[in-house]
Amino acid sequence: MLTPSHYLYLSLALFTIGVIGVLTRRNVIIILMSIELILNAVNINLVAFSRLWGSVDGQVFAIFIITDAAAEAAVGLGIIIAFFRNRETVLADEMDLLKW
Amino acid sequence: MTFDTIIFYFFAAFAVVSAIVMITRRSAVHSAVFLITTLLATAGIFLQLEAEFLFVVQIILYVGGIMVLFLFVIMLVNLDVAVRQIQFSRQAWVGAVLAIALGAQVLMAFRLGSGAFNLPAASTRAMQPNAEQIGAALFQRYMLPFEIASILLLVAMIGAVVMAKRKI
Repeated sequence: MLTPSHYLYLSLALFTIGVIGVLTRRNVIIILMSIELILNAVNINLVAFSRLWGSVDGQVFAIFIITDAAAEAAVGLGIIIAFFRNRETVLADEMDLLKW
Repeated sequence: MTFDTIIFYFFAAFAVVSAIVMITRRSAVHSAVFLITTLLATAGIFLQLEAEFLFVVQIILYVGGIMVLFLFVIMLVNLDVAVRQIQFSRQAWVGAVLAIALGAQVLMAFRLGSGAFNLPAASTRAMQPNAEQIGAALFQRYMLPFEIASILLLVAMIGAVVMAKRKI
């Protein structure tokens, strides 16, 4: 029998993997992809609880999160292209223009 | 084991394994492909949760829209150099340990609180027809957030165009 905790554990696993990806990788594109993974893990929670309460409110919130993910990906990838044009790199630890 | 449970475990294992593969691949294209399989497995979980509309939105928007955008950018930036460089940052192990500690903390909170959650039994109230109900919710109760989301998308679109312009 599936309980909400099954979905919580699945979501926790995906979230933790996403955080590991953000904190350990150097490639900015893969860091952005890990952020997408984290947002996706949150969506699983929202949809699971929406099913639990028998209301579509959670699914509406999941749609808003997908909208945010699309906006974030567009702006983030635009920044990556602009940065790559100036510095010829996609590595996060070489992006130190503001550091002195 | 019911059919429901088998479907859940299949998609859950699929999602977790391809997520782990995704963050360890050297090439960004491989990472993107494994992220796509993770998103598809999540879409399967949504279908198993009777969220058919979200299942379709996940595939069309995430896999068909966002991931194609990612692949485009991967093609635009020169990755032949990046593949040959070190893939993990210098303090990667610190980050990994901290992330796993965070996960373990949340896991412990789930374990300790599972009795106190006192969640109601899974509702049998039908959420069908799914797309119709979501549409009604979006255009009635969530009208203002819906409009704000459209403004957010407009701003993001302008921002992306300005960022990607050759001369700012």
